[in-house]
Amino acid sequence: MTTRMKFPTLLTVLLLALGTGCQSVTPSSSLYDELGGMPVIERITDNFIEEIGFDPQILKHFQDTKIERYREKFIEKICFESGGPCDYSGDSMVDVHTKMQITEGEFNRTVDLLINAMNKTGVAHRTQNKLLAKLAPMRGDIIYR
Amino acid sequence: MRLSAHLLTACSLALLPLTPALAGEGKLQETAGVTQIEGSAGGGLVPWAVLAGYDSREEMSASVFTTRVSVDDYRLNAFGAAISLYDRVELSIARHTFDLLDTPFEINQNVIGAKARLYGDVIYSSWPQVSLGVQHKVLLDTTLAEALGATDSDDGTDIYLAASKAHLGALFGYNLFWDLTLRATKANQFGLLGFGGDNNDSYQIMAEGSVAVLLSRQLALGLEYRQKPDNLPGLEEEDAMDVFVAYIPNKQFNLTAAWVDLGTIAGAENQRGPYLSLTGYLW
Repeated sequence: MTTRMKFPTLLTVLLLALGTGCQSVTPSSSLYDELGGMPVIERITDNFIEEIGFDPQILKHFQDTKIERYREKFIEKICFESGGPCDYSGDSMVDVHTKMQITEGEFNRTVDLLINAMNKTGVAHRTQNKLLAKLAPMRGDIIYR
Repeated sequence: MRLSAHLLTACSLALLPLTPALAGEGKLQETAGVTQIEGSAGGGLVPWAVLAGYDSREEMSASVFTTRVSVDDYRLNAFGAAISLYDRVELSIARHTFDLLDTPFEINQNVIGAKARLYGDVIYSSWPQVSLGVQHKVLLDTTLAEALGATDSDDGTDIYLAASKAHLGALFGYNLFWDLTLRATKANQFGLLGFGGDNNDSYQIMAEGSVAVLLSRQLALGLEYRQKPDNLPGLEEEDAMDVFVAYIPNKQFNLTAAWVDLGTIAGAENQRGPYLSLTGYLW
């Protein structure tokens, strides 16, 4: 009698576990959630802009940039690339960087600034790498344009 | 012998006052690798496709290194310098001093290296970075090489093709690095025992490889394997391998500690022991 009672209970528990498991699997598979969603992306972006502000070599490329718009589009981009609920509404990477003559050295330096920004924000090393992996393919659209 | 050692030091020091407009610090930390035993950028035993420095296409860099390997019956001291030009060409020079412990013998060797990046970027290209390199070895103490029957006891040239790739976040979020190097060589024990012998006197292709996990931006943990020819009869030269930890606190210097297994060297079996290497980047 007791065993008969137990079996369906066990099944229910298993099903529940499976159910919640499935629910938690879908969102946690997105880098967006691993990063910590929009609040963290905003903080990374603000720290990144601050890093650029203190780096004359990189800052010179931002002379004609409206920082508010840049901030908004950068947040969208990170959100979109990390699989978050955003669309990137800015110009293509090629269009944005054309005539800027960004060198490979400057690009790499900017990656370092982004890493500094992520460190400052407290993004875990492994999460940083995953985001960098999403952004790395854009390099060809950015340098020597 | 001593004079040329001083000459080497003088050469490395002479590089110091040259200060180009753009110093090499463009690349991501860790992507310059460390310095392998023959003075090229690489791991400990294996030269990699990456060049010795953090220079990008508009930059240059220069570095110096020193390495000590202490195995049961031998000790190898190496030091040297390298420059990397515009992330395209690497030139290196190294001096080996190989002590046969408990004997009065010492073997000195100079290694002059050049490496050209043929394709790619270790991180950003979809295919691996590929480089072609040479290591020309000049043996300064030829007695032992002659006594052991080396065909050529003066000098020899290794030619290698290396492919390196770092995969961002590939291993549970950790960056994963690998290198595969194919080396055409006749060198006996890295050249210290001459080149070629009665077993074999022609160039053979040897495979070398490294795998590393970058645990953080400062710490890499890796394994290496280096196949070696067995040219000298009766000496049974074996492949070399190591496990290493590289500490790369910044783009100015790095420190590598490893445990190496050099196998049998000139009849002495199981030559294992610690390896310690320091590379400093001058600009």
